[in-house]
Amino acid sequence: MNIDLQLRVQNLNARYVETIDENKLELWPDLFTAEGCYRVTTADNFERGLPLALIYASSRAMLRDRVRSLREANVYEAQRYRHVIGPALIGAEHDGQVQAQTSFMVARIMHTGEVTLFATGCYRDRVVLGASGAEARFAEKIVILDSRLIDTLLAIPL
Amino acid sequence: MRSAGNVRHWPAEGLTRVPYWVYCDSDLVEQEQERIFAGATWSFLCLAADLPAPNTYCRSNLGMMPVVVTRDQAGDLHAFENRCAHRGSLLVLSEKGEARDITCVYHNWCYDLAGNLTAVAFRKGLGGKGGMPAECRPEAHGPRKLRLQALCGLVFGTLSAQTPPLERYLGPDILARINRVMRAPVKLLGSYSQMLPSNWKLYMENVKDSYHASLLHTFFTTFRLNRLSQKGAIVVSECGGHHVSYSLAADSGGKEYEQAGMRSAQQGFGLEDPTLLDSVDEFGDGIGLQILSVFPNFVLQQTRNSLAVRRLVPQGLQKSELVWTCFGFTLDDEEMTERRLRQANLIGPAGYISMEDGAAPSFVQRAVATASDLVSVVEMGGADTTSQDNRVTEAAVRGFWKSYREHMQL
Repeated sequence: MNIDLQLRVQNLNARYVETIDENKLELWPDLFTAEGCYRVTTADNFERGLPLALIYASSRAMLRDRVRSLREANVYEAQRYRHVIGPALIGAEHDGQVQAQTSFMVARIMHTGEVTLFATGCYRDRVVLGASGAEARFAEKIVILDSRLIDTLLAIPL
Repeated sequence: MRSAGNVRHWPAEGLTRVPYWVYCDSDLVEQEQERIFAGATWSFLCLAADLPAPNTYCRSNLGMMPVVVTRDQAGDLHAFENRCAHRGSLLVLSEKGEARDITCVYHNWCYDLAGNLTAVAFRKGLGGKGGMPAECRPEAHGPRKLRLQALCGLVFGTLSAQTPPLERYLGPDILARINRVMRAPVKLLGSYSQMLPSNWKLYMENVKDSYHASLLHTFFTTFRLNRLSQKGAIVVSECGGHHVSYSLAADSGGKEYEQAGMRSAQQGFGLEDPTLLDSVDEFGDGIGLQILSVFPNFVLQQTRNSLAVRRLVPQGLQKSELVWTCFGFTLDDEEMTERRLRQANLIGPAGYISMEDGAAPSFVQRAVATASDLVSVVEMGGADTTSQDNRVTEAAVRGFWKSYREHMQL
């Protein structure tokens, strides 16, 4: 096992989760490449080869648009997430990129104090490692939800 | 109507008042199942494209009743209750699949794809012992069969012999607007579900409420996707239960929202990557938004090039599931499919313009739990349910209640 590679992806995952759970959403798009792709879909759609996503962005600018809309336009009750992620399963390095697969569980904490298990699933990522010393970024992140069912709404990204 | 020993009466004002007990009385759940969903109404079951080949099935619902929809060997569609004639077990457990016949897992009773009981395991016993008496007719207890009608790839079902033919049920205006969207063979793009913590009627009201759309959904308004000043109209069917709200994609350029200082008209909000909104006038009539509903459980939506059907499934008094299926057409090129997928960002539980609809009905549900004896005020656009050439109206909401009261005999 390439420990250095493992740690770099693990660090990217930890920073990813922090931007969401600690409400630093403005930093979230920076974890993607400029042409980075982000999709939230269901295991059912994914396995059947159906392309529909709940959220689909094909550029970092689109991710920034989503954050701005969440901050300025959309209306939803105050809530936060807590991610718990598993160890990343990493493929072989190829052209400065690796495939990574990581399980996650997300609890949603409402302003009322209600805590629920909101989502479980798997991240299927393509990570660009960049030059040595540079921070790794997501060229593609597919969030595959185990369930097809979303409770009420999905505002904050997963 | 009785609840907790009280007799319920509809307010004397009629359709301009909706009593909050309609969302709170648990007696209503069973009555709605009997009088509306199992009554003289057509419920949307699925897209014909959900059953792409002979010998396929999918699960659906008629109100709260679980239903199996099948396509048999000859290609004909059937639907029947998902309940075994024997002990009432669910017959089909997977959401969809392929099958030549359907066998109940509990005791292996077997059905054909039309829902007819064809075999009972050990009916004659074993070695001359046990088995079912020769005079027993388990076929008489079979799952209830629905009458089906498919319209432009949309499959509707009813249990009642009294339900008029679908075309007459919908009326010519609604029919024309369904035909407008469902103009070619459908290609499925995918689906997902949304659990709504509210009574099903609150969601249907939300769909029919063209007044809220540009006020609650600020993304919509800010990008001039939908302002009430955009040219549009609302069409309500004769029976009141079905509606279409539509608006032209082009904006009149008015400043009514800004002048009134509304929250939804924030300045300077532009998309950094506007390809999200790249759209084409695929229907050739300039209409950028068309929301259509059919009583009691169906919505057909065109938001620019994002097309979807929504199927509402009541799950008791305070919960409902909304099943979204997005589609394009088999003739779409890659670019068109990509456009539909990008614009799907506008809809669904994470949709820029529809995420609020998951929550708004629950805001009402939570607030009125202690207000059963009070009423809501539904007087925008007057007191009637006629079609109007503007959308600052609640005519379609009143139409919903007109239809509801008629079916419920309220």
